[in-house]
Amino acid sequence: MSDLFLVGNGAGFSGDRVDAPIPVVRTLVDRGLPAAMFFECLAERTIALAQIEKRRDPEAGYEPMLERLLEPILADCTRAGIPILGNFGAANPMAAARCVARLARRLGLPALRIGVVTGDDVSASVDLATLPVHEADAGLDMSAWTLVSANAYIGAAPLAQALAQGAQVVVAGRTSDPSLAIAPLMHHFGWAEDDWANLARGAAVGHLLECGSQVTGGVFWDPGFKDIPDPANIGFPIAEVPRDGAFVITKAADTGGLVDLRSVKEQLLYELHDPAAYMTPDVVMDITGVTLEQRGQDRVAMAGVRGHARPDRLKVTACYEGSWLGEGEVSVAGPNALARARATADVLLERVRRRGLARRARADLIGVSAVHDSDDGALWRSYDGPEPPDIRIRLAVESASRDDADQAAREALAMLCCGTAGTSGARWRVTPRILTRSFLLPREMVPTEVTVREARLWN
Amino acid sequence: MELIEVPLHAVAHSRAGDKGNRGNLSLMPYDPSLYPLLAEQVTEARVLELFRHRGATRCTRFDLPLIHAFNFVIDDVLEGGVNGSLNLDGHGKSLSFRLLALTVRVPACHARSPA
Repeated sequence: MSDLFLVGNGAGFSGDRVDAPIPVVRTLVDRGLPAAMFFECLAERTIALAQIEKRRDPEAGYEPMLERLLEPILADCTRAGIPILGNFGAANPMAAARCVARLARRLGLPALRIGVVTGDDVSASVDLATLPVHEADAGLDMSAWTLVSANAYIGAAPLAQALAQGAQVVVAGRTSDPSLAIAPLMHHFGWAEDDWANLARGAAVGHLLECGSQVTGGVFWDPGFKDIPDPANIGFPIAEVPRDGAFVITKAADTGGLVDLRSVKEQLLYELHDPAAYMTPDVVMDITGVTLEQRGQDRVAMAGVRGHARPDRLKVTACYEGSWLGEGEVSVAGPNALARARATADVLLERVRRRGLARRARADLIGVSAVHDSDDGALWRSYDGPEPPDIRIRLAVESASRDDADQAAREALAMLCCGTAGTSGARWRVTPRILTRSFLLPREMVPTEVTVREARLWN
Repeated sequence: MELIEVPLHAVAHSRAGDKGNRGNLSLMPYDPSLYPLLAEQVTEARVLELFRHRGATRCTRFDLPLIHAFNFVIDDVLEGGVNGSLNLDGHGKSLSFRLLALTVRVPACHARSPA
């Protein structure tokens, strides 16, 4: 058993760059050390959208880019003994496994062992109304919502079990993101399920890698302040994990981006609340004693991660539908644009109010204030800076029906004739809204199941 | 020592994250020697004030002196969170740059672009 294990990441979300895994796998193969690849493809509401897809088509509901992501790397990974893990099963892990099996057969790999982990879907087995609500969601009003999906964040143990059964590809639905990196480490080094110190190192590795390029220069570069090489080809991250002690974050060879103390700190604190208690299903990670050291170009070592006993309850995220988002936009530009934009915003809000089309409505002046603003437009209403040359007015509403949302959005279209002088460029659209709420569920109520078979047997 | 007023962006970097209706903002000075000065000036109250207009109710700062980083956790800042918000940026990932517009007073030698 090697004392150094490499973990590579191939995706940080559903929608990531599909060619990113290729240089990562090439680097892992060249290094010749034991290694694994993982893909994180499942944001909070992605699974609900997948569930809606699955209702429409029983063979849909998994990561739509799955084949595109795996096709260029599957044969190389198989040849080099690099297992691939991912939550790309989304709402339909079995169909995802069949997709991987079809791909494997097409690539001449009928003996590829594909493992599936199920059990995360608790929508039929658990009465959510009886569960305590996760604290970050305490204030949300969920009356009148219709349940679409409810999935528990499962941990690394069943994924490691699939690897122990020889799986070369492990397909999961909802897992905790770091667990996808913990599992191959657990399997390789033989960590016990209560080895908190090592599991915490694994959780730190997973946390730093789970968003792909976010640790290697993505959502980091700030021209003139934090520049990175070749942002059109940011290399995805790799962790070098020794049996004990500090691990190193680096990235795929011959790529852009960078790994330095700044990029690692930003990702270390990303979506983290109390640094002494980052909750995962496998371990509670404590980074208050962490130290970082740059060890050559694009190599940062992290030491001092501590672990505490895992929580007794798993987080369950439930997704609901029941309302619609309507959005409409128009533009104004040139002299007096700000006054025309403000007047347009007020008229759009007034039209929606008079027609009773929305539960909530908001207007933004894009080019003055939008993403930092509030629903009541506090910032654009009080703006007293220089006259902006070009402003886009956006109306957004939440409505009870698709028709109401559509009618509200079309108020932007009507401004082409009814609006202020020089109004143009209308766009409008309606999308169903997925609302989420998280609960806490005793872990014994989430039994998991592992199925491993060869590609030729997945039909 | 002469102090001058600059936006945090001139001396520090930040990233925003979300969970539900709660956001977090990291803050790291480029020069670790500025850490105590930021600790003194970038208070929970000042950061909360930046997001009052969005209904933020509480700001908690966690200090990580070993890596010269702060973590601000802000409750109720996302107008319902990614799935409930009408904001184009439902995740609130652009909010790190609202924090970086906050001004601080630093020794004049720090008031330059780090590039």
